[in-house]
Amino acid sequence: MRQITYCKALNEALDQCMAADDAVVLLGEDIGQFGGVFQVTAGLMNKYGKERVVDVPIAEAGFVGAGVGAALTGMRPVVEIMFMDFTTVCMDMIVNQMAKMHYMFGGRGKVPMVLRTNIGAGRGTAAQHSQSLQSWFMQVPGLYVAAPATPYDAKGLLIEAIRNDNPVMFVEHKKLYITKGDVPEEDYTVPFGKAAIRHEGSDITIVATLAMVQRALDAAKLAAEKGISVEVIDPRTLVPLDKETILNSVKKTGKVIVSDEGHKTCGAAAEISAIIAEEAVEYLKAPVVRVCSPDTPVPFSPPLEQAFIPDVKDLMPAIERLAQY
Amino acid sequence: MPIEREILLQMYQSMVTIRQFEERIADLYARGLVPGLAHLYTGQEAVAVGICSALRDDDYITSTHRGHGHVIAKGSKLNEMMAELFGKKSGYCKGKGGSMHIADMDIGILGANGIAGGGLPIATGAGWSAKWRKTDQVSVCFFGDNSSNNGTFHESLNLAAQFKLPVIYVCENNLYGISNPHENQTPIRDLSVRAMAYDMPGQTVDGNSVLEVFEAAQKAAKRARAQEGPSLIECKTYRWRGHHEGDPNQGERYRSREEIAQWRKKDPVERFAKYLIKEKEATKAELAELDDAVTARINESVEFARSSEFPLLEELYHDIYVNEG
Repeated sequence: MRQITYCKALNEALDQCMAADDAVVLLGEDIGQFGGVFQVTAGLMNKYGKERVVDVPIAEAGFVGAGVGAALTGMRPVVEIMFMDFTTVCMDMIVNQMAKMHYMFGGRGKVPMVLRTNIGAGRGTAAQHSQSLQSWFMQVPGLYVAAPATPYDAKGLLIEAIRNDNPVMFVEHKKLYITKGDVPEEDYTVPFGKAAIRHEGSDITIVATLAMVQRALDAAKLAAEKGISVEVIDPRTLVPLDKETILNSVKKTGKVIVSDEGHKTCGAAAEISAIIAEEAVEYLKAPVVRVCSPDTPVPFSPPLEQAFIPDVKDLMPAIERLAQY
Repeated sequence: MPIEREILLQMYQSMVTIRQFEERIADLYARGLVPGLAHLYTGQEAVAVGICSALRDDDYITSTHRGHGHVIAKGSKLNEMMAELFGKKSGYCKGKGGSMHIADMDIGILGANGIAGGGLPIATGAGWSAKWRKTDQVSVCFFGDNSSNNGTFHESLNLAAQFKLPVIYVCENNLYGISNPHENQTPIRDLSVRAMAYDMPGQTVDGNSVLEVFEAAQKAAKRARAQEGPSLIECKTYRWRGHHEGDPNQGERYRSREEIAQWRKKDPVERFAKYLIKEKEATKAELAELDDAVTARINESVEFARSSEFPLLEELYHDIYVNEG
């Protein structure tokens, strides 16, 4: 199968959805002629015109809210927030409006809207362009939270998100945009709430999200050289979360690491760990270990930033520690 | 152009319905039958009715926490409204939204909103949607004087003007943001001058004159339908009651009894009744008959609400997502 980048896979998803449905429109900063800061929307304005690929002013509350109003009245807007850090300036529109209209109106109206954004440190962009705030949105009932780790999932989950009648926070990872993988040319969807087993193993389970998936696979390879068999589970969507696949793996291995690039405190990994504690504690042979970002803002200085990013250097000691039990 | 008698009487009936609905809520609230918060619209009837009388059923409105007047003027059903205020299953939002979240997509009510300034981007998006779908629908945004200090006001007006969206921004200046008088919040007297910054028409009207509001709304709606862009209308009015029904002495803590009495003399309902009689559009007896018919409908709605069931506890989990529950 042909290989394309995660970025191109997202672009293709947008293109195919726009071709299939006139209700799909894109709103975002610098997404038109410029193609978006990560080039995810490159070429789409030329193809669909500036009416459907709209370069909006820097006014996140305004254009995210406009997306909500448009979605409520028959459109399927895909709104880009350039960096997840900027969701802080439009939280009312996401949390109080987009997420809960359907519920607070007693099932009247729907908001079929996708809010695309990205997380992740590693580009030297410091504390306001590098945060991984996905867990914030897991705590808001009414939102789906998609977290693709591969180009295949990037395309399939985005098409599913656009066609889904619910509001979706679509969380990309900026370090993944240039990664390549197998992606079918045709239009396909990846269903929400179905985790992928990225690598089978029998000693330790790592539940990893987004860029942590590849880092976990790299660690699994190193672990195998030491005779430790690691299973890597990628939830693919954080809401809905495929508890079954995660718990089945924990039941098999009895040892688990949960790894997410968000902060350790109250993060996605904290939630997954709590579910394991609630529903599979009797299968555990060792404490659940979280490998996440430390509870500091993202630092600028390269060595500090590298220390901040959870990766193989943090996963390996955790694996070795669990192997001791 | 003279306004048809039928339309004038409809306006009167709508104003009386709002007045009586609110007076009844005040009574029911005082007797503990209506839970939560009730922000009454008494005294501001001319604004909602003047604006909505210039709209079609398929035009959109977004409303505020003080929304009963707007949604009644747009044509919402009294039974469902009253039941919602009682928290009953037969209410507009199945008892999940309450007073501040009445919505009815069938007649373009995109929701009252508990967040000051929350509706501004949403109405903007609904206008955008009308433009994308090439309908000639108009989107109206009701908001209060203090919401015009919110970032969403400026973001929305800028978006609407830049993209020539069919939106009418209706600033309902009732002189108080909760307990804070207008002059403590904003250095300008007429908020309509803010339109100048966005190159759109701005007009301040007497918000206690339904005909003056209606005239301004017709002009703005015509402009919107002709794809000429948005308008800002500021309606100067006054809320007779406190910020909400729990406000001690109906706001006498922060405004004088004399001030309230002075505004009560400018009663928009009574003023319009006098006009209709003076212009021989209706007799006193005819208006009294209309008043009685409204009272009967209010009585019926209270009976409907009281005799309706509360939602079942399992409904707590319904309508979080579309197609679920």
